[in-house]
Amino acid sequence: MTTEMAPTSSGSPALSETATYEIVRRKHPWRVVAAVLVLVVLGLLAFGVANAKGLHWSVTGHYLLTRVVFYGFLRTLELTAAAMALGLCLGVIFGIMRLSHNPVLSSVAWLYVWAFRGTPLIVQLFMWFNLALIFPHVDLFGLVHLTTVKVMSPFLAALLAFGINEGAYMSEIIRGGLMSVPPGQTEASLSLGASRGWTMRRVVLPQALRVILPTIGNETLGMLKLTSLAAFISFNELFGTVETIYYSNSQVMELLIVAAVWYLFASSVLSIGQYYLERRVGRGFVRGGRKQTLLETVLVNAWAKRRRLGANW
Amino acid sequence: MTTGYDLTDGRTDVVELHGVSKSFGSTHVLRGVDLHVRESEVLCVLGPSGAGKSTMLRCINHLEGIDGGWIKVAGQIIGYELRGGKLHELPERLIRHQRGLSGMVFQHFNLFPHFTVLENVMVGPVELQKEPKAQVEARARGFLDRVGLGDKVSAYPAQLSGGQQQRVAIARALAMNPKVLLFDEPTSALDPEVVGEVLAVMLELAQEGRTMIVVTHEVGFAREAADRVAFMFDGRIAEIGPAKSVLESPREARTAEFLAHVLV
Ligand SMILES: Nc1ncnc2c1ncn2[C@@H]1O[C@H](COP(=O)(O)OP(=O)(O)OP(=O)(O)O)[C@@H](O)[C@H]1O
Ligand SMILES: [Mg+2]
Repeated sequence: MTTEMAPTSSGSPALSETATYEIVRRKHPWRVVAAVLVLVVLGLLAFGVANAKGLHWSVTGHYLLTRVVFYGFLRTLELTAAAMALGLCLGVIFGIMRLSHNPVLSSVAWLYVWAFRGTPLIVQLFMWFNLALIFPHVDLFGLVHLTTVKVMSPFLAALLAFGINEGAYMSEIIRGGLMSVPPGQTEASLSLGASRGWTMRRVVLPQALRVILPTIGNETLGMLKLTSLAAFISFNELFGTVETIYYSNSQVMELLIVAAVWYLFASSVLSIGQYYLERRVGRGFVRGGRKQTLLETVLVNAWAKRRRLGANW
Repeated sequence: MTTGYDLTDGRTDVVELHGVSKSFGSTHVLRGVDLHVRESEVLCVLGPSGAGKSTMLRCINHLEGIDGGWIKVAGQIIGYELRGGKLHELPERLIRHQRGLSGMVFQHFNLFPHFTVLENVMVGPVELQKEPKAQVEARARGFLDRVGLGDKVSAYPAQLSGGQQQRVAIARALAMNPKVLLFDEPTSALDPEVVGEVLAVMLELAQEGRTMIVVTHEVGFAREAADRVAFMFDGRIAEIGPAKSVLESPREARTAEFLAHVLV
């Protein structure tokens, strides 16, 4: 050993040309220390919460599966879906308008984004809910005559506020996606005799979608949680529902945990859905043959990581 | 300027350009282009960058409108109709129909990446020309066999080499049954080792009597495949004539200089 390690005259140890050397990876002792430390802190935290004197887990467990909470959860999903659908439609329309050569169309789209992205969502929500204060009646060309207070239910106000606000963000996302498709695609489509509409629908949008979809996924997750603001205009979605319950029984934390669990559940499901949707839209963009399933991806990533960590464990 | 035609062979003009001019803002890209391409003729267009070669092809497909003169393909005035002594731009619906007269092959292939090879070739005839699917599929598979990609029908463009993609693009253009094929530097974006396979397909098409206009820097291909060669400088056809004579003994000084430059 000692002779092998002795430096030669040039300053590095001599290597034998006949021997084969085993490669020993560097150890990372501090990684282990850090991991243990974090786990200990986490364990203490979990222990503390689990044994908190003021927290009645049985109450949480009870309300988690009650009908009224579940209905609140369904209303959250409903509002999320409706608002995202509205946002997506508006986003496509205004995103395309923004790219239009017609200066009036692109300016109007710009104005929309400017107004709705530049004001707080909660302010917009209250404005929609209180619309009756300035427009007591809605007249549509003398055909339909409505009383605003009756029409503007909490659900509708929330839908309009969230959907239109989302549309402003979405139009920017979609504009970016459309611009990411090379102009040669439009050219090739037109040269085949396609209309602008067909080109948009069959050539440009599907390719833009691949770029847009991850962002839409994030926006949906964001919307799922944003809908809790609707509780402020007394719409009984998930948060509003648990709020109503803890106002009467004072088990505040227990019920907030109930809501948190349901939100986590929904966002987990959404993430998985997003994965499969992205895979579908990614058609033609993956080199090689079959694509991986979710489980395969998880396993392969875990395995690759284990191998990267190599000799450590 | 002679046109290099044997005017006695009785073939009809498929493409005619007469005094075509086109500007982008203050740049005059086409300054009175006159050109006739006859049935079954292969015309190669050479010229320096910025001469207006791509713009000319794009005008023949009406991807760009023109500012003066007129273009006819298969006897139809492209993009306009003559009414009261003026050329009025046609409604989009009719322009779309006319675009089917010419099949474009682009430098960067421009295949649709989210469609398979077969879908790329079929989508035009099926969804735009509303032909029966089964009939189109047989034809599309035939063309893909012809360009040597019969076994790649279900691949996506990203899984193919550049040369293979360009051959799919040629099959896509052929599937539209165009009267003329327009190639815009079809091999300039390719790795040198696959240029040959694309040129071979184009040569075959030339030999079977397709009408083709090929913008290219491949002088060897022009010599072998072209009936006539045109040189374009500054938005005009500077010299045009039989391939052999123009390439070997150009009359214009600019042409000779350009050729010397390209052939090094
Ligand atoms: N859409 C456009 N807007 C403005 N200018 C353009 C446009 N398209 C082309 N031009 C200009 O027109 C001129 C001719 O372009 P064109 O692409 O037709 O040349 P080319 O002969 O095909 O050259 P290359 O060999 O580089 O492809 C160039 O100066 C170019 O900058
Ligand atoms: Mg060009």
